Parts: sequence; C-alpha cells; structure tokens
Amino acid sequence: MGDSILKTVGLTKSFDGKNPVLKDIDFSINKGEVVVIIGPSGCGKSTFLRCLSLLENIDSGEILLAGKPIGLDKKDIHKYREKIGMVFQSYDLFPHKTVLQNIILAPVIVQKRKKEEVNREAEKLLERVGLLEKKNVYPRQLSGGQKQRAAIVRSLIMNPEVLLLDEITAALDPEMVREVLQVVLELAKEGMTMIIVTHEMNFAKAVADRVIFLDNGEIAEEETPQEFFECPKTERAKKFLNTFDYETSKI
Amino acid sequence: MWGSDVIMDYGFMAEYALMYVKAAELTIKISAYGIIGAFAVGLICCLIKELKIPVLYRIVQMYIELSRNTPLIIQLFFLYFGFPKMGIVLSSRSCGIIGLIFLGGSYMAEAFRTGIDSVPNVQRESAYSLGMTKRQTFLRIIIPQAVATSVPVFCANVIFLIKETSVFSAVALADLMYVTKDLIGLYYKTDEALLMLVISYLIILLPISFISSWIERRVRYAGFGNTGSV
Amino acid sequence: MQDLGIQVLFEGINFERLLKGLWISLKLGLISMLFSVILGLLLGCVMAGKNRIIKFLCRVYLEIVRIMPQLVLLFLVYFGAAKHFGADISGETAAVIVFTFWGTAEMGDLVRSALISIPKHQYESGYSLGLSKLQLYVNIIMPQTFQRLLPSAVNLLTRMIKTTSLVVLIGVVEVVKVGKQIIDASRYDNPKAALWIYGTIFLLYFAVCYPISKLSSALERRLKV
Repeated sequence: MGDSILKTVGLTKSFDGKNPVLKDIDFSINKGEVVVIIGPSGCGKSTFLRCLSLLENIDSGEILLAGKPIGLDKKDIHKYREKIGMVFQSYDLFPHKTVLQNIILAPVIVQKRKKEEVNREAEKLLERVGLLEKKNVYPRQLSGGQKQRAAIVRSLIMNPEVLLLDEITAALDPEMVREVLQVVLELAKEGMTMIIVTHEMNFAKAVADRVIFLDNGEIAEEETPQEFFECPKTERAKKFLNTFDYETSKI
Repeated sequence: MWGSDVIMDYGFMAEYALMYVKAAELTIKISAYGIIGAFAVGLICCLIKELKIPVLYRIVQMYIELSRNTPLIIQLFFLYFGFPKMGIVLSSRSCGIIGLIFLGGSYMAEAFRTGIDSVPNVQRESAYSLGMTKRQTFLRIIIPQAVATSVPVFCANVIFLIKETSVFSAVALADLMYVTKDLIGLYYKTDEALLMLVISYLIILLPISFISSWIERRVRYAGFGNTGSV
Repeated sequence: MQDLGIQVLFEGINFERLLKGLWISLKLGLISMLFSVILGLLLGCVMAGKNRIIKFLCRVYLEIVRIMPQLVLLFLVYFGAAKHFGADISGETAAVIVFTFWGTAEMGDLVRSALISIPKHQYESGYSLGLSKLQLYVNIIMPQTFQRLLPSAVNLLTRMIKTTSLVVLIGVVEVVKVGKQIIDASRYDNPKAALWIYGTIFLLYFAVCYPISKLSSALERRLKV
C-alpha cells in the first residue's frame, strides 16, 4: 500500500477477556482516503473507532500512525490523540462553554497556539459550516445539527491527520441529517482523511472511497462502494443490505 | 402556640438573651470549622475514590459507610468518653469539631461524587480525543459541569450539619440546647427558653436557607445559557 | 497480662442489656416510621394535588420541619407540652410525636415527588385504553409510584433510626443510658469500660443501619436498570 497514514495489525479487543468484539483486524487507510465502515449494530464498528482514538485499551495487535507504532507513554497517547480527531454521536460539546470557547479550548491548552490566531481560524471554519453568527452561543441553544457541525469544527481546528466520525447523524432528526452530511462531503472533496461509521447508506455511497463491512467483529468485506452496494459478495452483507432497504423504505 | 395561658416574661428574656447570643456564636463557630473541615475531608476522599488509589480507596470506602450509618450523637459519645480511655483526651470543643468533620466528610464526599457522576462519559472522551490530559480534562471539563450539580447538595449539607450541631450539649458544650435546658431546669421559664431557642435557630438557619435556594436557582437556570428546560 | 477491659461486655447480662436498650430506640423509630408512612402517603397525595392553598400550607409545614433541628422539636414537645398540658408527657411519647411529625413531612415530600415523576403519557395511555380512574391508579400509577418511592423510603428509615438516638437527651432509658449504667457500675474494677461500651454502641448502630442503607441503594440501582 502507498502512504498508509493509519494502520492496525491484528487488532483484537474484548470487554470481558473472553469474547472478542474485534477479532484480528488488519486495517489501513491512506492519506486523503475516506473509508466508511458499516455493519449491523453490535458488530464492533463503534468499538473499532474508539480503539483507534485510544479510548479503549486493546487486547493485542498494533496501531501504527504514519508507519510508526504508537507508544504507550502518556505523552505519546496525548500526542497521538491530537492527531486523530473524533466526533461522537451526540452530546459531546462542552455545555459550560460557548461554541467558540469549545473550539479554541484544545488548540490553546493542548497545542499551545496563540489565542488570537486560533480565534481567527475558528471563525473562518465556523463561517464555512454556516455557524459564525452562533459563535457566542451555548450548546444548549443549538439544534442537533448545529451542535454536530460545531463538533466537527472543534476537531478540524486541531488539524488532525485522520478524522473519525462515529454515527454523527444517528441522534439527529431527519431534516438535520443533510446539513451535517453536507459538511462531511465537502471535507472529503478537500482531501480530508476520514473513517466514518454510519447508517446512512446513500451518504456512504456518495462519500466513500472504500467500504468495509464489519460483521461479528471481523472484516467481512472490503471494496469500493459500487461493488459493495451493487453486488455484495457475502451472504451476510446481502442480508444486511436487504433489511436496511426495507427499514429505510418504511421511513 | 400552647394555648391562651402563655404570658411571656419579656424581662427574663431580655436578661438572658445574651446567653443565647453567646451560645449561638459557639454553634456558628463550631459549625464553620466543622463544615470547612468536612469540605476538605470530602474533597480528599472524593479524589482518592476518583483516582482509585489502592489501599486508601478501601479505607475511604469504610469511613464513608461508618460515618453515614451511625448517628452523630453516638460518634460524639465515643469521642468524648471512649477516646480518653485510649489516652486521647479531647475537649468538648474539639470533640464537636472532630465529630462534625467525621460526619460531614462523608456527606461532602458524596456531594462531590454526585457532581462528577452527573457529567456524561462522552464529555471525558471528547476531551481525551482532543488530546487533553487527565488533569486538563478534570479541571476544565469535569469540574465546571460537576459544580452545577454539586452546589445544591453542598448547600443542603451545610444546613444539615448546622442542624446536627444541636446535639453538642451531649458532650457538655454550652450550645443553644444546653442553655435552654439550663434555663428550664433552673427557673422553670419553659416558654421563654423554648421561644428564644427557636428564634435563635431561625436567625441562624433562615438566612442560610434563603441563600442556598438562591444559589440553587442560579446554578440551575442561569448556567450555560440554559433557559430552564433541559 | 494487660487488662483490655473488653470483658465488660460479657459480664453478666451486660451485652443483652445493651441490645435491649437499642431495641427501645429502634422500637420508637419503627413506630414513628409506621405512622409517618401512613400519614406521609396521604400528605403526598394532597401535595401532588391541585389545590394551591393546601399545597402552600403543606410547603410551610415541610419547611418548618426541615429547618428546625429535630432535637429542638423534641424539646418543644417534651418540655413545652409537659408544662402546658399539666401531665408529664413521657419521653417515649414525645419522641413518637416529634419523629412522626418530622417523618410525615419527609415521607410526604417523597411521595409527592414520586407521584409527579410519573410521566403524563402514562395517564394518557391508561385512559386511552379505557381504564377507569380507579383502575388507572391501581394498575398503572400506584405500582410505578411505589417502585420509585421504595429506595428513598427505606433510606428515610435509616435516617429515622439514626435520629431516634436523640431520645437519650430527653431522659428515655435506651442504649446509651444502659451503657452509662454499666460504665458506672464497673467504674472501679474496669476503668476502660467506657471505650468498649461506647464503641459497641457505635458498632451496634452501624450494624442496624448499614444493611438498611445497602438495601436502599440496591433498590435504587434496580430502579435504574
């Protein structure tokens, strides 16, 4: 593979020490690539992202950033997390800080950048996602979609090497899903490296360079979105896509 | 309150009002020391529990259970009458303060913990995923949010602890109850003594109660641009 | 051999006497709790109701009880009533009156908050199923209220038991008084009796309250699941 930016080798994770949620995952993403991970609930896709951002300890295997295994020293972990951005399903803006304060907190205290400079960059980014006029507002006064756009900006301003998006639209009302996904699509166009867990199949089709179908803690399929959505190879993926179409068509 | 035959001897009340003022001063002083101490003990216990420091964690756990499941008056008796037999002689005053700290520490620790537990885990995780250290996360993300939940509990604890000081007469502290009992015993001025007792406690507790409900409203409604609904 | 003094607990029927003394405070606590639960259930229903004047009066009652130390209330009844109703009111009676007065207010407030915490749609879906008001309360509202109420009511019981320790200050012969008698009786042959007696009383209270508060938190956890 070319210039792999983030890579896992034999990553295994279990919560009880017995039944692995993730089994021996070999995964790699190149710079500028967008990988979408889909799969039935409980298949381990969120856990995978959480392992990648080191929120979970892994049982065995390795995570490599730009070809180098990551250290287990506290400092290394913080340095690594700085470079890997993560946006959660919901409720992750800090409620006691305004939108702007939320965004500039980490660049100022973690990256020790100058406040004025960060402020300027934050405003630029907020403008791009259409939230500039909300910069001095507290998260509670935002809609779900606005919150998620602000959360994306909060990760972006750290200039992450890779951005992890964990079902960021799952808790949103349908009419707000679009505005958030639009932002992600634009990021993809600009060459942002992203790993996305989502249930929005149309969005997955549109944004992904590569689709990974995770089932029962294993990578069951891995191919381009065209291949995957039109003729999935495994029975399990076919079944999954069928139930999915059925569910979405009902809505 | 007790029927029509109550005629207060105001002269008597005026004469002995000073005793109540002194007693109230004592109550307030001991409460203040006790509450500050309890706050410190609570904070330390909470940190030990939060950081899961191996042996201390167990000790704190045991202390909290002991303190919460025994009455203050029994704790005081043990301190005042039992401890001297181990060679530790404590004055009434020290007994009162230590007793209050022993009791209050666990309540304060729980107040801290309630606050910390009320912050959703995803807050911690987002901070970590932005590269923030444990310390930064705790100080900048967890604590400010925990305060909103903890402050009302602290206020309630303060009132609770001041009320609990009413048992100090049991270890011969000349507090409000002590003075009242004295006046009833010596002069049989029951109504006057009881009235002054009630008034004294109202003067001490009402302002604190008002202040705490004011604080509670502020942290609940004014915080973080919240307009009242969650 | 160094005399530890622990034998004071096992001399004659000393330990049994202590337990009997403890039972006296516990009995007062349990009786007051029983009255408080019955009256508190009624009060809570009234407080959850719509009548503003009654609600206000209940609020005042609750605030008075909350702001006054229980010992002050105990003094008011014990000394005040003794003077004005002529007859000496026993410490036990005063204790039951005061602790019921206090417990009813606390229980009432617990019942009220349990009642109002039942979401409105529970009522609505009950009615939309065609249940009568009585059926609704018996089958839907009361069981849920009871479930929510149980942990805090059990918790109130430990507070009640801890509070009954105050009765020693109005002359009721309970565990502390018995302890003092034992200490006095063995003053010369066992100078360390106070340590063991008060230590034992301390642990006895713990032994009673700890299981109850564990039960309360277990019930609470079960509620959350």
